[in-house]
Amino acid sequence: MSEPIFLTIDDTVVSVEPEATILQAATRIGIRIPTMCYHKATTSCAICRLCVVEVEGSRALIPSCVASAGPGMVVHTRTARVERVRRTILEMLASSIDLSEAPELQAHMRDYSVDITRYSGCQRRCPPILDDNPMYIRDYAKCVLCWRCVQVCAEDAQYTYAINFSGRGFETLISTFYDRPIMESTCVFCGQCLGVCPTNALKPKREWLLEQGQSLDEIIETTRIEKRTCMSRLADPSSEPERKQP
Amino acid sequence: MENPDISLLAPVTAEYAPLGRTALLPALHAAQAIYGWLPQEVAAEIAAALGVPLVEVFGVIEFYKLFYPRPVRKTVDIICTDPVCAMAGAQEAYNVIARHYKPGALDVTVQRSPCLGLCEHAPTALVQEKQFGELHPRMDGALTDDIGLTPFGVPGGDLRLLTALCGKNRPTSLVEYRANGGYEALVKAFARPPEDLIAEVKASGLVGRGGAAFPTGAKWEGAYRANGQPKYVVCNGEEAEPGAFKDRVLMEEDPHRIIEGLAITAHAIGASKGYIFIRGEYPRAYQVMRAAVEEARSIFPVEIEVRRGAGAYICGEETALFEAIEGKRGFPRIKPPFPTTAGLFGKPTVISNVETLANIPLIITLGADGYRRYGTEKSPGPKLFCVSGDVMKPGLYEVPFGITLRHLIEDLAGGMRDGKGLQCVLMDGAAGAFASPDQLDVRLSFEDLRAAGLPLGSGVVTVLNETRDLRDVLVRLARFFADESCGKCTPCRIGTRRQYEILERLAAGQRRPGDLELLQDIGWTMTDASLCGLGQTAATALISALRLWPVLFSPTDGKEP
Repeated sequence: MSEPIFLTIDDTVVSVEPEATILQAATRIGIRIPTMCYHKATTSCAICRLCVVEVEGSRALIPSCVASAGPGMVVHTRTARVERVRRTILEMLASSIDLSEAPELQAHMRDYSVDITRYSGCQRRCPPILDDNPMYIRDYAKCVLCWRCVQVCAEDAQYTYAINFSGRGFETLISTFYDRPIMESTCVFCGQCLGVCPTNALKPKREWLLEQGQSLDEIIETTRIEKRTCMSRLADPSSEPERKQP
Repeated sequence: MENPDISLLAPVTAEYAPLGRTALLPALHAAQAIYGWLPQEVAAEIAAALGVPLVEVFGVIEFYKLFYPRPVRKTVDIICTDPVCAMAGAQEAYNVIARHYKPGALDVTVQRSPCLGLCEHAPTALVQEKQFGELHPRMDGALTDDIGLTPFGVPGGDLRLLTALCGKNRPTSLVEYRANGGYEALVKAFARPPEDLIAEVKASGLVGRGGAAFPTGAKWEGAYRANGQPKYVVCNGEEAEPGAFKDRVLMEEDPHRIIEGLAITAHAIGASKGYIFIRGEYPRAYQVMRAAVEEARSIFPVEIEVRRGAGAYICGEETALFEAIEGKRGFPRIKPPFPTTAGLFGKPTVISNVETLANIPLIITLGADGYRRYGTEKSPGPKLFCVSGDVMKPGLYEVPFGITLRHLIEDLAGGMRDGKGLQCVLMDGAAGAFASPDQLDVRLSFEDLRAAGLPLGSGVVTVLNETRDLRDVLVRLARFFADESCGKCTPCRIGTRRQYEILERLAAGQRRPGDLELLQDIGWTMTDASLCGLGQTAATALISALRLWPVLFSPTDGKEP
C-alpha cells in the first residue's frame, strides 16, 4: 500500500490513494461534481466535459473523471469559469437533444439555472425512432453521445461490435454497419447498452409500447409475432413477415 | 444497384491483409480507387481481410470526408470555399459549377471543401487527384482540364535555407539534393551518439512549427528516455489550417530534406520506424514523398511508410493522427499520456511538423550556434510564413524570426493589391486571431507576438483589404470548425455548430438581444473545456474580432439607435 496523497478541494484537505481521480477525491468529502458520460462500469473517456474543474496552475479546465489527484493540488469545483462551462454545456445539450427522460441531467439543469430559450431557432437532432427488433427501440433524438453503449458493446463488456458511429461532429449518430436493421447486425440482445443509457434513448420494446398506450395483451401479442418473424427470417430470408390478426 | 464485382478487390486484400487494422485507411483508399465509392460488400470484404469489426470499418468510412459510403458520380469536383479562396471569387465559381452539374445532369459530383492548402493560387479546386489553382470555370460551368493552373510553390523571402531548393516547379531529385550537400547532416548524425544530438537540438532552441511551439529537443529527450520498444517517429503532414500551405511546398518540392530530418530524429531517439502522414487533399505531395522515400532507399536503409489522410482537419492533432495510422476514426486522445511515452501504437513516439523536420539537417550542419545566428534570442532560426489574400504577391516567405509584419506584407509580399487599404490580418488561420493595421510593426517572434496578444501558430498570414466583409469571413471560419469538429466532446460538437448558426443569423441581419453574451459563453466554453486543440481554438478568431470590433454584431451596427 503506497503512501496517501493530500490535496485541497474547495478549501478542504483530502487524503486519497495515489491512483485516485479528482472526481473520486471530491466524492470522498461529499462534494458533488456533475457527470454524464462517466459510469463506473465503462472506461472513462472524458468526453462530456461536465465534470471539469479548475486546478491552480493549469491553463485549461481539467476533466475530473480521468485526471489523477496530485499531491499538493489545489482544486476548485465551482468557480465562475467552471459554472459557465457547465451551464453552457447543459444548455447546448438541451438545445439539440430531447432530455425529457434523463432525470439526472434534468436535475443538473435546475442546479445550473439553464435557460434554453437563448438557443431558439437552433437545429435539433431529431432522427426518427428505430423500431426494428422485438427487444428494444432506439430513439437517437434522445442520445447525448456519452459513448457508453458503444463501449459496452465492444471491449468494455460484450465484444459484440454491433454499433459504432456514423457521421462526425454535430451529425454524429450511433449506428450499425451501413445503418442496417439491428436484426442484421451482430447484436446478441444482451441488453448491456440499455443498462448504461442515461437518457432512455435505448428502451425495452415492451416499456415503449406500454407508453404508446397498448394493453399488456396487445404488447405480448405484438412482440411474440415479431420474435417469431425474426427467427423465421433469420432461418429463411425470403419468408414473408407474419401479420398481426385484426 | 448492381452488386460490386468483389473479385476486383483481391489484390487489395492480398496486399493489406497481413498488416491488419493499421492498413485500414490505405485499403479503403485502394478500394475506392477501384469502385469510385465504398459499397458495403466491399467494406465487409476489407473488414474480414484485416480482422476489423464490420461496424468499425463503417465508422471509419463515415468519419473521413474523402471516403464515400454512398455512390458518387464518376468525377468529383472539390472546390475550396474557405475565406482566402472565397475572397478570390471561389463562391461564385462554386455556384456556377454546381449549377452546371446540377444533380443528375452529368457524371459529376460537386463538393464544397475546406481549405485545400493552395492559397497562394486562390481560387482552388481538387478534381480527381489533380490540384488546380487560379480556377476559372468557363461561364457555362463545365470543368475541363484547362480550368486552371497547376499550382507550384512560390517561395521567396530574406532567407533561403529551408526553401533553398524550392521554386523549380518540380521536386528536387536525390541526385540534386546530394549535389547541394543533402544527407551530409545524416552522415554526421550517424557518427554521433544520441545524447549529443539531443543536446545540440536543445541548444538550438528549435520549437515545433506546427503551431504548438513545443521544444523539439525536450520531445526527443522524453522519447529517448522512455521505456518501451519499438519507438516511432512521425512526420505530421496533415496541414489543413485554412491559409496554411508551407508544408505542401516543402513536401512537393524538396522531399529529401524532410526524410533526412526524420531519419536524424529516428537515430537520436532510437526509433526503428517512421511514418509520413499527408493530408488526403495533397495528392501530389503524397506521390512525391513516396517516390523520394523509394529513392532514399538506395543510399540508406529506410524504414519509412508514407500514409494518406482522407479529409479530416482533426488529424493534424497529433493523437488523432496516431488513431488514423492505427486504422481508426480520427478522435483525439486524452493527454496525458503524451506521445513521447505512449504515442503511436502506445509506444514512445516523436511526432513533428514537416517544417520542424526540415530544420533538423540545418541544425546539424550549422551547429546550434550557427543556427542561432538567425532569428531572435528567444525565437531562433528561420521561419516560413504563408502569405495569402489581398497582397500583390501571395506566396511562401522564408525569413528569420524577428522581422516585422509590415516587412513581410509590404516589402516581401509587395503590399496591398488593387490600391485598396488594409483592414486587418488574420494570423494563424481559422484557429488564430486578427491583427489590426496599427499592429503592423509587431516583430514576428514568439515573444513579441505573445506580448501583442497574437498567435504565431504555424505561420499563416491572411491579409484582408478594407472592402472585405468580416462577417462573411467569420461565418466561413465558423462553418469550417462546424464541418471539422470530430464530435467526440460535447463543447466542440455542439458549440461549433451553434457558433456557426448564430453567426450566420447575425450576418443575415437577424439579431437578438443577448447574442454577444451567448457567443461569448459558447466561445469560452469551447476554449476552456474542449478535449483537444481544435475545440480550444474554435472561437479564438471570433473572440478576437469581438474585442477589436465590438460593433460588428451589435443590434444597431454601431449607429445610434
